[in-house]
Amino acid sequence: MSEHQTAVQEQAAPAKTVLFEIQRQDTPESAPYMESFEVPYKANMNVISALMEIRRNPVNKNGEKTTPINWDMNCLEEVCGACSMVINGRPRQSCTALVDQLTQPIKLEPMRTFPVVRDLVVDREGMFDSLKKIKAWIPIDGTYDLGEGPRMPERKRQWAYELSKCMTCGVCLEACPNVNDQTNFMGPFAISQVRLFNTHPTGAQNKDERLSALMTDGGLGECGNSQNCVVACPKGIPLTTSIAAMNRATTVQMFKNFFGSDHMVD
Amino acid sequence: MVRESEFYWRRLHSLLGIIPIGLFVTQHLIINHFATKGAESFNTAAHFIENLPFIYFLEWFVIYIPLMFHAFYGVYLAFTSKNNVQRYGTFRNWMFMLQRVTGVFLVIFIAWHIYETRIQKLFGAEVNYDMMAEIFQSPFMIVFYALGILAATFHLANGVWSFLVTWGLAQSPRSQKIVTYVTLGIFIILSVIGMRALFAFA
Repeated sequence: MSEHQTAVQEQAAPAKTVLFEIQRQDTPESAPYMESFEVPYKANMNVISALMEIRRNPVNKNGEKTTPINWDMNCLEEVCGACSMVINGRPRQSCTALVDQLTQPIKLEPMRTFPVVRDLVVDREGMFDSLKKIKAWIPIDGTYDLGEGPRMPERKRQWAYELSKCMTCGVCLEACPNVNDQTNFMGPFAISQVRLFNTHPTGAQNKDERLSALMTDGGLGECGNSQNCVVACPKGIPLTTSIAAMNRATTVQMFKNFFGSDHMVD
Repeated sequence: MVRESEFYWRRLHSLLGIIPIGLFVTQHLIINHFATKGAESFNTAAHFIENLPFIYFLEWFVIYIPLMFHAFYGVYLAFTSKNNVQRYGTFRNWMFMLQRVTGVFLVIFIAWHIYETRIQKLFGAEVNYDMMAEIFQSPFMIVFYALGILAATFHLANGVWSFLVTWGLAQSPRSQKIVTYVTLGIFIILSVIGMRALFAFA
């Protein structure tokens, strides 16, 4: 009985739609343009489910048939960082951008601090190059079994775990005023990763190499302390604390490099 | 080459802003403050500075060279940043933008100020109380100098904050917040000293 009533009510109400304004770009070189879409509303929908709906029926607001929108996605639970885009002016993940919490029209743009591949798809390869540059890994390979590493104090592990939540999504780069086409700044995420790997007892064996990498072109020096990154980070990583910590570590490293030291890794 | 050593240039830029430039600006504002005690008092203080030994060496190595590096490299930094206070209207992001805006304004202000005083001295003018009182006959100059002083005190105070962060002295969020309040105090105190001197001439 009650089920039947609900069905009647749904029919009686006018079909609710969600308005999207999406910045599109056909090729990496072509000019961007805006296209609007009206998507049928569904309870609890997120930006990705709306994009999927547009893909199912690629017709814009004017009723013209168009190409489906290109976007990146993978995990759908805000741990991979692939679906990052600028939603209503703020960079964030589209999987956790719930339509009910957004003001309409919902404006979607690619993160333009990166090269745009197509529509909302950007090329974040530069971030992975930065991770290679700063040696964001712990070398455990040897010609023989190196055995267990030193034990990490639990309380240290707890805050280091927060830093390890970085998913290379690129939001902090999009938010940073100093990451742009006029600078080579690798962005806040890489600086925090140096702190993470230098904190690890085994990782600390290459501490000086990572710090020296931060002291080269595009490294730590290019931070201007606007502190947008820590506001923007979807994982709540204390990026500005990491930056200040690495500022302190490189201050010491700078003198060690210049004068020479027997304490490069301790 | 400049790119590769950018880290060191940035550190030097940060350091020079405090030592010697910040110290010089503070000293300059304090000497100006003698104007509140009358023309005689100001002229005595100014002459004391003028007659310091090795004054040309001090001028070049404590003021001109560090100031020129700080100014020209700072202009480069200001114009390679892409401000986004519309997107992130946070306090720190505003400070970031204002640091660049005041910096660029100060390059213009200081260039004019040096032309009007130090360079006129080369042409035989005497730098004293009367010179400043004459400049401030124009209401436009009073406003221009007031903006210049406020820009300088803001840029210095906020520069102390970013110096402490850039060199890794203020690391935790709490320490950075405390430094924010301390530098706010520096801004207010130096501004009051500067404004009192300005209105003593005007």
